[in-house]
Amino acid sequence: MAWIGERDLGTKAVSAAAPAMVTLRIDGQDVTMPEGTSIMRAAALVGTDIPKLCATDTLEAFGSCRLCLVEIEGRAGYPASCTTPVADGMVVRTQTDRLAKLRRGVMELYISDHPLDCLTCSANGDCELQDQAGAVGLRDVRYGYEGLNHLVAEKDESNPYFTFDPAKCIVCSRCVRACDEIQGTFALTIEGSGFASKVAASQDDTFLASECVSCGACVQACPTSALIEKSVIAQGTPDKAVVTTCAYCGVGCTFRAEMRGEQLVRMVPWKDGKANHGHSCVKGRFAWGYANHRDRILKPMIRASVEDPWREVSWDEAIAHTAGEFRRIQAKYGKDSVGGITSSRCTNEETFLVQKLIRQGFGNNNVDTCARVCHSPTGYGLKTTFGTSAGTQDFDSVAHADVIMVIGANPTDGHPVFASRMKQRLREGAKLIVIDPRRIDLVRTPHVAATHHLPLRPGTNVAVLTAIAHVVVTEGLADEAFVRERCDWSEFEDWAAFVAQPQRSPEATEALTGVPAADLRAAARLFATGGNGAIYYGLGVTEHSQGSSTVMAIANLAMATGNIGREGVGVNPLRGQNNVQGACDMGSFPHEYSGYRHVSDAATRAMFERAWGVTLDAEPGLRIPNMLDAATDGTFKALFIQGEDILQSDPNTHHVAAGLAAMECVVVQDLFLNETANYAHVFLPGSTFLEKDGTFTNAERRIQRVRKVMAPLNGYGDWEIVQLVANAIGLDWTYTHPSEIMDEIAALTPTFATVSYEALDRLGSMQWPATEAASEGTPTMHVDQFVRGKGHFVVTDYIPTDEKTGPRFPLLLTTGRILSQYNVGAQTRRTDNIAWHPEDRLEIHPHDAENRGIRDGDWVSLRSRAGETTLRALITERVAPGIVYTTFHHPATQANVITTDYSDWATNCPEYKVTAVQVAISNGPSDWQQTYQAQTERSRRILPEAAE
Amino acid sequence: MSTTDHLVYMANQIARELGSQCRDRPVTATRDHLRQFWDPRMRQAIVAYLDGGGEHLSDTARDAVALLRETAERAD
Ligand code: SF4
Ligand code: SF4
Ligand code: SF4
Ligand code: FES
Repeated sequence: MAWIGERDLGTKAVSAAAPAMVTLRIDGQDVTMPEGTSIMRAAALVGTDIPKLCATDTLEAFGSCRLCLVEIEGRAGYPASCTTPVADGMVVRTQTDRLAKLRRGVMELYISDHPLDCLTCSANGDCELQDQAGAVGLRDVRYGYEGLNHLVAEKDESNPYFTFDPAKCIVCSRCVRACDEIQGTFALTIEGSGFASKVAASQDDTFLASECVSCGACVQACPTSALIEKSVIAQGTPDKAVVTTCAYCGVGCTFRAEMRGEQLVRMVPWKDGKANHGHSCVKGRFAWGYANHRDRILKPMIRASVEDPWREVSWDEAIAHTAGEFRRIQAKYGKDSVGGITSSRCTNEETFLVQKLIRQGFGNNNVDTCARVCHSPTGYGLKTTFGTSAGTQDFDSVAHADVIMVIGANPTDGHPVFASRMKQRLREGAKLIVIDPRRIDLVRTPHVAATHHLPLRPGTNVAVLTAIAHVVVTEGLADEAFVRERCDWSEFEDWAAFVAQPQRSPEATEALTGVPAADLRAAARLFATGGNGAIYYGLGVTEHSQGSSTVMAIANLAMATGNIGREGVGVNPLRGQNNVQGACDMGSFPHEYSGYRHVSDAATRAMFERAWGVTLDAEPGLRIPNMLDAATDGTFKALFIQGEDILQSDPNTHHVAAGLAAMECVVVQDLFLNETANYAHVFLPGSTFLEKDGTFTNAERRIQRVRKVMAPLNGYGDWEIVQLVANAIGLDWTYTHPSEIMDEIAALTPTFATVSYEALDRLGSMQWPATEAASEGTPTMHVDQFVRGKGHFVVTDYIPTDEKTGPRFPLLLTTGRILSQYNVGAQTRRTDNIAWHPEDRLEIHPHDAENRGIRDGDWVSLRSRAGETTLRALITERVAPGIVYTTFHHPATQANVITTDYSDWATNCPEYKVTAVQVAISNGPSDWQQTYQAQTERSRRILPEAAE
Repeated sequence: MSTTDHLVYMANQIARELGSQCRDRPVTATRDHLRQFWDPRMRQAIVAYLDGGGEHLSDTARDAVALLRETAERAD
């Protein structure tokens, strides 16, 4: 179904950078348009909507319905305006008696086998067939209404979010083309011909059972109610819309939240969104029902001991209690005994306030963020090599890439909307190199096949990347001119000599990495010589003991091959959470202020001291794992956690639990009683992204507005709650709107200098750095020079992890996530997305399964040096022999009971991607799972607020 | 792992990486890293460990912690 109230120009804009212009006459009006524009679009741009059914401006023109006929002087017949491009001197008429008659004839045919139950149809008032019947002036149908129709055809209601009603289908193929062109899943076809033709999913399966990934693109494209959101059927068509940003992943899709009164009816991806260009995935598009889930906690709660049930209290009492506890604990144990954790799920403004609360209010730097466990090595690695802690490109850049290297990322699951863009480019002919232990979907998906898949052993990233560099250097494929001009030459020479050593060669490292040397050589040659080379990487790079070194090895490779500083190239971290980039930018790390400036930098500190009126601590604070260590040692006693579930998301659950249990006051601010809340003394109910204003920053450094569409059910936006706490400990904060917080951020952060809500509303979005020199932002970084001046090559020696397999733990476990679920799953598990992933499964290769007598679906125990859990097995060749894989979306699985304390050398980012394990048949949940379940049930008891 | 074991492990890990990345100055690079990223109580703990013999510290890590102690003393 089309976008409520948005113009559809019929065909896409011309994509050439500087197209030639042509002038033509449409209905007597002279019009100048870029060459290649369709007549339909040209007419629409000057205000004339030519009737159409099979065309829509998100898809290539198809020319099947023949409703859009026009007359062109000097041309015979009636060409379709959607497929006919404009030409110089052309004279076009869009409305003549003859055209009207022809169009009515076409329309009659459509209408004659369409069930005319418009008044009760869920798309009534928002149906293009209805609109076009009106537009062509259809008053009567000569064939009668009693003709054949498809009313007996059964509706497909299998997808939890939308229905397919074949009776309403006009077989325009828009859905099929949306699935092919936009999403790239190729799940739909038109089967049969003539009256019998119909839309089919996969091999005529139900939508749910088919390859469909529920992105919703076909639903948007459908002109009738044949494909329609169940929420529209239930609630009626929306009547207004607010543009906002998805709160799930780092792609940062923007959506129109379409409302009916105060009720959210549906989320429709925004065509003008610069990150998503009108596309979405199942999470942002459909999985927002958690906002109203009955598990949501709406009243503040406190308790003296984590053994007690929760007691609902007023906001005043909760805030006063929190402030009192932090002050008491600091008085007793010292100023450094408390700290906080900011959230990559909250807005920039909220994150900024939490670190401000800690720095200004608590007087220390004990602030950290969930990026610790995902992309902290990106921050370290890219800052060291390039001078700034962020990806170098925008997403659109991928359209100019010739060779795409994907390392340790699974974009079709983790970053689906970007993956669709990448697949479009791959279908156009760009080459793909995948470096990943698993055969991820991208390796072979409809019309896309990786040229090279290097299935390395987990933990050997640095060896593989160095071997690639070895080939580049020893075969003379480095871009010497680029390096001489842009990088430190002597450092390059030093690095080149290192990577050229014979022991770094693909042949020498093959035995340890498991990557066939010939494949690696071919991949290296392709990357170095195939034109624009772009590297995209994810947590399979960072979550290792050498995570930071791997990021630097990637940066080295990009510099050595001259793939930095223009469109189509670059080093692109695919960020996990919606605002992980923003949380890092906002000074959430214990050693940095906003904009990545070290706390020991006197000038920066002085600036903050002047603004905040306090003396600030010049020493770095504790990182999350260090906080937990300090807690077990008794020097760290209170933690304020906003929107984070460290008990489920952080490694070595037993250690996290022990740390939390040792604290005197743990405050959790969240939507739900998460796992961490089992150890909390104060629970402050949080608000969803629909209930507050703010900004998120996506993986392309793009700052986008989050707009409030409904009042917070819990009473306050999260930023307001932090302000209440701050004022209760004696600060004097007076923000009345998050825009004022952004103004403060801009004033204190040079890379945000020109960012304001006014500028964001005007421009739609901005990519930092946004400075006087680039006041609207910077899509591509390091264009003329690196932020640090000369690019810095770093020698990255491969050092094997200490987490090793052996007779007791012979398999390597690696972890990840899947499309329909999001991280710890707190949100997605509370939506119908559960239809796609009701539980975490352990993927195991058939050989390893057979050796252990494991059949598909069996319960198995998964044991490491850190702990044991159980889950069910999924036998698949996606994983290599010797490797097992699982997701961590369900608390019952407790996958992190297994993961160890090993972490990245520079940042303590946990080594999630390598754990030595043993797998065996089991008959049910482990002891820990059972004990934990009982504890959780005990901990979640709530006593209602006493009546006044 | 106890906190001290953990700190020793991390110091050795940092020293080993920086040993290859900054071959001409591994000790100062390691010291700088500890100063930039470790909170004071962690630095005190590792210095105390060195004072107690520092048995499990690698050579580079040991020298770096000694340098850290010196720098701290000079700053006092
Ligand atoms: S929802 Fe997306 S994947 Fe599924 S059929 Fe429609 S376009 Fe294809
Ligand atoms: S389901 Fe909708 S988009 Fe697909 S062919 Fe039918 S009418 Fe067209
Ligand atoms: S989860 Fe990510 S890809 Fe999906 S809609 Fe949201 S921002 Fe877009
Ligand atoms: S809209 Fe042009 S042929 Fe259908």
